[in-house]
Amino acid sequence: MSVVSVEKDAVARTMTITAEFDAPADRVWRLWGDPRKLERWWFPPEVTATVQEHDLVPGGRVSYTCATPGGDRSGWWDVQHVDEPRRIELTMSDPGVPSTSVRIAVADRPGGTRVTILVRFAAGDDMDLLLSLGFDRGLSAAVAQGDALLAADQP
Amino acid sequence: MVVDSGERRAVDRLFHALSDGTRRDIVVRTLQGEHSVSALARLYPMSFAAVQKHVAVLHEAGLVAKRRQGREQLVSGDVEALRRAGAVLDALEDVWRARVERMGALLEEDS
Repeated sequence: MSVVSVEKDAVARTMTITAEFDAPADRVWRLWGDPRKLERWWFPPEVTATVQEHDLVPGGRVSYTCATPGGDRSGWWDVQHVDEPRRIELTMSDPGVPSTSVRIAVADRPGGTRVTILVRFAAGDDMDLLLSLGFDRGLSAAVAQGDALLAADQP
Repeated sequence: MVVDSGERRAVDRLFHALSDGTRRDIVVRTLQGEHSVSALARLYPMSFAAVQKHVAVLHEAGLVAKRRQGREQLVSGDVEALRRAGAVLDALEDVWRARVERMGALLEEDS
């Protein structure tokens, strides 16, 4: 497995990460097609997450709860587009967090697959989103980043 | 804090973008309000294409935002918003790099 590229566009508010895996598309698809697998990579290892609803169809919903030292947290995806095992599009809606859309495309390559993940966040409260991402990076990192941002905001 | 090569490149772009007098002037003007590229071109003794190129360099460095309105290209210098968006993107990159790593580990596990 290797990350091939990461492209970030601050104006379009997108990040595109491309990675190559030595596994065929149907096995890659199971990473999100199987809720027990999804629980193990979507969330950071220190978080115990449980996927509740798992309705991977257009208009469907995937919801989850996470037990964290700071209390329980929940969130969900609204699924927009599903083309198994090639493509999925969803919008993440966690309470209090600006919505973020995710598009994952799986293409074949010799010996495996190339997976392109496009993440787009809406203009809005960047700080809220940043702090929510901090959740995924561990709390200390979130605090450090919040501090760094506040420091950088000083005139 | 370790400055990685990506950050260094971003800083290089920033300094390069600001090393030119016309470009610094464009940043100052567009921070005060949105300007079309053609309005900017009228301000300087150079071609529309040359001004457009300066705007592209500033855009690349994250110093101005561009949007299209009809046939006009509008430029605004919203450094603060771009900086915040940049911070979100950096955080997203960290989160997704870690996710991709976990995806890879899971795939290896059941192969």
